[in-house]
Amino acid sequence: MAYLELENLTKHFTKRKGLFTSELQTVRAVDGVSLSIEKGEILGLVGESGCGKSTLSRLIMQLLRPTSGSVVLEGERLADLPASEIRKRRRDFQMIFQDPYASLNPRMTVFSALAESITTRHPGLINNRSALEEAVAELMERVGLDARYIRKYPHEFSGGQRQRIAIARALGTEPKLVLADEPVSALDVSIQSQILNLLRKLRDELDLTMIFISHDLSVVRYIADRIAVMDEGKIVEVNEADRLFEEPQSDATKMLLSAIPQVRF
Amino acid sequence: MALLEVKNLTTSFHTRDGVVKAVDGVSFSVEAGETVGIVGESGSGKSVTCYSLLKLIPMPPGKIEAGQALFDGMDLLQLPEAKMRGVRGKRIGLIFQDPMTSLNPYLKISTQLIEPLLIHEGISKSEALSRAIAEMDAVGIPDAKNRIHSYPHEFSGGMRQRVMIAMALITRPDILIADEPTTALDVTIQRQVLDLIKTRQKELGTAVVFITHDLAVVSEVCDYVNVMYAGRFVERAGVDTLFTKPRHAYTRALQRSIPALQKKNEVLYTIPGLPPNLATEIPGCAFAPRCPDSNGEAHAKTRPELVELESKHWVQNCPGCLSAGI
Repeated sequence: MAYLELENLTKHFTKRKGLFTSELQTVRAVDGVSLSIEKGEILGLVGESGCGKSTLSRLIMQLLRPTSGSVVLEGERLADLPASEIRKRRRDFQMIFQDPYASLNPRMTVFSALAESITTRHPGLINNRSALEEAVAELMERVGLDARYIRKYPHEFSGGQRQRIAIARALGTEPKLVLADEPVSALDVSIQSQILNLLRKLRDELDLTMIFISHDLSVVRYIADRIAVMDEGKIVEVNEADRLFEEPQSDATKMLLSAIPQVRF
Repeated sequence: MALLEVKNLTTSFHTRDGVVKAVDGVSFSVEAGETVGIVGESGSGKSVTCYSLLKLIPMPPGKIEAGQALFDGMDLLQLPEAKMRGVRGKRIGLIFQDPMTSLNPYLKISTQLIEPLLIHEGISKSEALSRAIAEMDAVGIPDAKNRIHSYPHEFSGGMRQRVMIAMALITRPDILIADEPTTALDVTIQRQVLDLIKTRQKELGTAVVFITHDLAVVSEVCDYVNVMYAGRFVERAGVDTLFTKPRHAYTRALQRSIPALQKKNEVLYTIPGLPPNLATEIPGCAFAPRCPDSNGEAHAKTRPELVELESKHWVQNCPGCLSAGI
C-alpha cells in the first residue's frame, strides 16, 4: 500500500460561456489523475503553465474538494472526512511556496512564525516558553539558520535564508507530506543549489515524502526520484527521473525537454 | 566605432545605511546587431548598470558619480532630460522581467502599443494602429487585428511578454535592453520568447543587451558576456571562451553550480557565503571571502584591475581567484 495514493482524481470547473447565456462550459483542470507515492519518496511534477499542476496540488492539500476521485493518505480517504476533521489533519500536509518574500508574514519574527507552526503539533508548548524556544532553535539549526537570529524579522534575511525559514515553518508541524511549489524558481543559481541540498538532506534525515513542482526540468531531475509529466489535466508519463530524460515517451515530455536551455561547451 | 561605448560607469545610492556603490567603474561596448550579456547574482548591479544609461534610477537616492556612455556622438549620462526622452523608448528600447506589472492594466493593448509611435514619430492614430497590428503579427500574436483591442489581463504571461517585445521594437531602436525577460516564464514559454527575441533581432539588426542570472540562457543567446560581481565586472569574454576557458573563480563557481551539469545523488556544488555588503568599503578582492581558495593570502589586497589575457578576454587580476581550484 502506497503512502499517498491519488485515485482517479478529477476536478472540473464550470462557468457560463458568456454573459447572456445559460450555456455552461466545463474546464477539466484535473482529469482522472492516479498516482502513488511511497514514504520517503520525492516525486517531481512538471508541466507547462495551465496544465493543472496548481489545481492538482490544491486537491492534494485539501484546499479544493475533488469533483470525483480521492486522495488517500496512509490508507485513509481524505474526501470522506468531515471538514472539521480535515482541519485537524492540515498539519500533516504542508506547503513550501515559490516566493519567500510573499509567503512569510513581515510582522512576525522568526520565533513567532516557527513557534506558531510547532504549537499546532505540540499545543502543550504554548505555556512552556523555554521549551518552545529550544524547539524553535533546534528547527532553525536543522534548516541551516543560526539560532542567534531568532528575534529577527523576515526582511532582515536574504532570499535564500527566507526560503529556509519558510521550509522550517513547513516542517514545524512535523508533516507527513510536503508539497514544494517551485521552491527555488525565485532564487539565484548559487542559492538554488543550497536549498536543493537542504531539501535532500531533510528528506534523508526525516524520511520526508515530498511532491516537488517545478518548470525547471534540470532541477527536478536532480532532486526527484520519479517524475510525473502533466498535460491538459492528465498525467501523461511517469518514470524514474533519469529514464524520463533518456527515453521520453510522450510528446509533452519531449517538448518540455527540448525547451530547456542548454549550456554549450 | 561601437554603437554604445560605456566607460567607467559609477552609480551609487546614498542611503541611511551609507553609500552603496551599486556600480563601481564598469566599462563595456555594444556593436550594432550584437548581443551582449550581463550576468550575475541579485544585487550585483546588472540592472542598475542599464538603468543608469537611460537615467531610470531614482535620483536621489541614486547618483551617477562618474563615467561616460557614448551613443551616436552623445554622452547619455550628460544628456538633458528633454533629449533623453528622444532616446529612451525610441532609439534604446527596454523590456522588463515581469510583463504583469510593466503593462498598464487599465489601458487597452492598442493604446499602450501606439503610444511610443504617437510620441516619437508624430504619425496619425490610424497609421500608428496599423503599424501596431503589423508589429503584433511579427511577434507571433494570433488574430492581432482583434486582439489588439484587448486588455493585458486577457493575455497569458507569454503573450504579454510578446506584447512588451512588440512595444519595445515598434520604434525600431538601435539597442534593446532586455532585463531578465524570461525569468518569470516557464520553460516552454521561455524557449519561445528567446527564439522570438533572436528572430526579431536578426530581422531588424537590433543590438541587444541581455541581463540575466541564468548561465544557460546566456550561453544560448549572447555573443559576448560580462560577468558581474559586487558592482564590477570580474570577467569579460566571448561566449565560447567564457564557457570553455573560464578563468575567474566566480565564473567557474557559477558554472559549477548549474544543477543540470551535476550528477544525481551527489551533493550539489554551492558557493559558500553571501555577496558582500556594498555599503562598506571593500579593500581587496571582493570574492575572496567566498572563494574556495580562501586562506586569503593569495587574493589581491587592493581592488584588482581587469587585464586582457588574450584578445577580448578580460579578467580581474587577482592571483587567488585565477589559481583557485574549482
